[in-house]
Amino acid sequence: MANVTLQDVRKVYPNGFEAIYPCSFEVPDGEFVVLVGPSGCGKSTLLRMVAGLEPITEGDLSIGARIVNDVDPADRNIAMVFQNYALYPHMTVAKNMGYGLKNRGTSKAEIDKKVRAAAEMLNLSDYLDRRPSQLSGGQRQRVAMGRAIVREPDLFLFDEPLSNLDAKLRNQMRIEVRALQRRLGVTSMYVTHDQVEAMTMADRIIVMNAGRIEQIGTPGEIYGRPASTFVASFMGAPPMNLLNGMAGDGAVRLDGGEQVPHAPVNGHAGALMVGIRPEDVLLSEAGDLAFNVHIVEELGALRLLHGEVGGQAFSVSVAKDQNAQVGQTRLSVKPSSVHLFDAAEGRRL
Amino acid sequence: MADIAETSQTVPLAARKAAATRRRRRIKPGDVVDHTILILGALLMLVPVWMVFASAGHDAVLIHREGLQFWFGDQLGENFRAALLEKGGFTDSVNGVTMLTNSLILGLGFAVGKILVGMTAAYAIVYFRLKFGTLAFWMIFTTLLLPLEVRILPSYEVVQNMGLANTYTGLIVPLVASATATFFFRQFFRSVPEELIEAARIDGAGPWKFFVDILIPLSRTMIAAMFIIMFVYGWNQYLWPTLITTDESLFTLVRGIRQIVQAYADGSTTPEYGQAAALAIIAMVPPVLIVVFFQRWFVKGLTESDK
Ligand SMILES: Nc1ncnc2c1ncn2[C@@H]1O[C@H](COP(=O)(O)OP(=O)(O)OP(=O)(O)O)[C@@H](O)[C@H]1O
Ligand SMILES: [Mg+2]
Repeated sequence: MANVTLQDVRKVYPNGFEAIYPCSFEVPDGEFVVLVGPSGCGKSTLLRMVAGLEPITEGDLSIGARIVNDVDPADRNIAMVFQNYALYPHMTVAKNMGYGLKNRGTSKAEIDKKVRAAAEMLNLSDYLDRRPSQLSGGQRQRVAMGRAIVREPDLFLFDEPLSNLDAKLRNQMRIEVRALQRRLGVTSMYVTHDQVEAMTMADRIIVMNAGRIEQIGTPGEIYGRPASTFVASFMGAPPMNLLNGMAGDGAVRLDGGEQVPHAPVNGHAGALMVGIRPEDVLLSEAGDLAFNVHIVEELGALRLLHGEVGGQAFSVSVAKDQNAQVGQTRLSVKPSSVHLFDAAEGRRL
Repeated sequence: MADIAETSQTVPLAARKAAATRRRRRIKPGDVVDHTILILGALLMLVPVWMVFASAGHDAVLIHREGLQFWFGDQLGENFRAALLEKGGFTDSVNGVTMLTNSLILGLGFAVGKILVGMTAAYAIVYFRLKFGTLAFWMIFTTLLLPLEVRILPSYEVVQNMGLANTYTGLIVPLVASATATFFFRQFFRSVPEELIEAARIDGAGPWKFFVDILIPLSRTMIAAMFIIMFVYGWNQYLWPTLITTDESLFTLVRGIRQIVQAYADGSTTPEYGQAAALAIIAMVPPVLIVVFFQRWFVKGLTESDK
């Protein structure tokens, strides 16, 4: 078990591309941290630097008490689960799981014991003699997990481990992975671009964008107090509505002219962005904002209404029992659910 | 009820299908042409083999008088025995068994050597950040354009000066450096997923363990294919062994056949055509066996695709 500390870690690829701008954060012992962000934002790069598969250009990385910048991946006492599992195709499940131990000179009996225990935990006991090609995707995923846990590492690294599975299996594995990690108490870093995975699995989420960390926080903080318009629109489905507005005289007006209630103006003035989550408004004839509904999307448990507020695109989600039609209606905004962002940089105000 | 209704419907359907198949089976002119070409091609390949096999059963005088035979004679056993066991050549020091052994040593040494050199070279080029790795590869690659025959004189000179003439080492080693094997293994290694290497690194497999535990087993089918090609290639070498071995105890089968037939040119006796034919048959068998044996393995490896 160990905590992971990054101190001004930076990555420039040999071709001169700056994939990670200097960033610092700490993952406490036993925590499950999810790195999330759009494709190409540098999540894998960051994870691979922690694994030791990619050299660190600048800054210090420590796992536990020691700085491991120049330590070989094999000696960092980590385990990694890859997106395409990366199982050794010619080895049986048992051999796959035991290979790392074998290379460390663990005795045969000991390897056998550990592999059996891990297989038991992952419901793989019946498959120990099979080759990876004779397993389903979910089983292969489990073998990859098994290979990670038999090593009893200080740190688990996951790079989009569930993205090759179908939606149903993904939900199930999500829960399994999380339960397993809780049980073993191993510090974990998990990369995904799926915000649902991020929200449901993480103790803390690190939201990344274009090589920079946008925000670090618990799922509640990320969702409830997004630090930027990027985080606001990236986390949450449907995403937060972002409207152009103007502050002045202790009030915020949308560009369409309507005043936004409950806006925490706090003396701001000038152009800004107003963020309101689709589920933070209620349809009511006595509401504060005029809402012109263009399309109603039926999602079963929810309905999504897409339309305009003051000429700007706006979406609302309502419970299935609420009546909703295309046409003019009004919205009332729940108190303390209006987020204000700097218009130029998108930072939270 | 539903079952019965269904069967009563499927019967005529099946009948109609069968009729359709019969109609489709009717021979089309195109098929005749295709098959004629196929059969002629097969005959072109097989008849000479057959003739050699049949001729191996006759004595030399008959063949000398009447040419190659189409049907078995009574000398088959005798010719094979003589071909294998009777000493021949100028110095009467080499028999068929020795030549067979020499050919096997050459074929195996050649195939194994080429695979080893090719694999290790490709491993170095693909997995290590060598300063001039790419340059080295392309230099090796261009030697594909230069077959042994082009460099045969300098190679001979070198081997001779090293005192390796008339040794197995001199026979095999100069042939071993191979652009072909290096090229194929390079292409194969490049297709091995990057993650597999990374997983192995994290699992604590160093370069040597990765090569032995992972790369070699993954390359099984590639190795088998290379082995077939290289063994047959080595087995059939003629020019190089002729140059480098003057000692008859190092003669290969391919040379031995020629040796027998050459007696005619020397004018002294009738060449032992029957024995030459028997020897030719013996020379054909190991490559055929290798292909048959490895092909099975090869197909198995391909169908059990694990990559
Ligand atoms: N070897 C490399 N050389 C140069 N640039 C690279 C290299 N590897 C990755 N990059 C660039 O670095 C950026 C970050 O890549 P990375 O693989 O970390 O993205 P990611 O966040 O994991 O994306 P995804 O969700 O698609 O996996 C990308 O813009 C990519 O093009
Ligand atoms: Mg990635």
